[in-house]
Amino acid sequence: MIKPTLALLVATSAMALSACGEKAQTLGTKNDASPFSGSTSVAFVQPGWQAGDKTSWERQLNARAQYGQNDHTRSP
Amino acid sequence: MARMKFICDAERCIECNGCVTACKNEHEVPWGVNRRRVVTLNDGVPGEKSISVACMHCSDAPCMAVCPVNCFYKTDEGVVLHDKDVCIGCGYCSYACPFGAPQFPSQGTFGVRGKMDKCTFCAGGPEANGSQAEFEKYGRNRLAEGKLPACAEMCSTKALLAGDGDVVADIFRNRVVKRNKGAEVWGWGTAYGSAQAGQKPQAEGVKK
Repeated sequence: MIKPTLALLVATSAMALSACGEKAQTLGTKNDASPFSGSTSVAFVQPGWQAGDKTSWERQLNARAQYGQNDHTRSP
Repeated sequence: MARMKFICDAERCIECNGCVTACKNEHEVPWGVNRRRVVTLNDGVPGEKSISVACMHCSDAPCMAVCPVNCFYKTDEGVVLHDKDVCIGCGYCSYACPFGAPQFPSQGTFGVRGKMDKCTFCAGGPEANGSQAEFEKYGRNRLAEGKLPACAEMCSTKALLAGDGDVVADIFRNRVVKRNKGAEVWGWGTAYGSAQAGQKPQAEGVKK
């Protein structure tokens, strides 16, 4: 008599817990790390700035924009 | 820092498509998907003008407004990105975008339309910066490497400028002042007429 009850209990528990393994179906996007936090592909990171330091990253991009794109600063 | 912006100097663009090639190569964009392209107005007519176009990372992006699954988000730097795990490939963003930026790969079975792909301003997407998953879904994350978008950095004539809006606007303004020409490039003045753009503003109430 105990066996069918136990089997039923196990089956019910298994069914009730099956949803726990499913992927969350929440709307919205995943969180994205800010670019100044740096990249894991270290080999490609431009030296001269500190990952995690927003001011240093901004300075790096602004300097790069000037020497890479502003040819009026390179020619007198 | 202001918002990240692109601007293309039509006085300098020579329609070499170097920006298009740089983008495709950097992000290994599949065949049939063009995150960036060069548009030429009055092609073949003397005085033709070319401009390199991709996602303009609008301040009030229409793609974000129409997306039924809310897959778009905007970073603190003003870059409009999307989550491909949320995108359902419906194509609404494509109809809403005035620049034709959203692209859809069609390599699935029976040419089924895949998830939307577009210019990321070389800022990757919502995966770990520089990870393989990020590269496969969105391409390289050059901003996290302390670099600017590949298209602008590869532009041979430096027609395409990318970066902090204040900085690129300053570079462009300096050019216009030095050459005394080119403020008419594109925009409000060209579309609606202004003395600066070399056209007389239309008088109010006058119809052509």
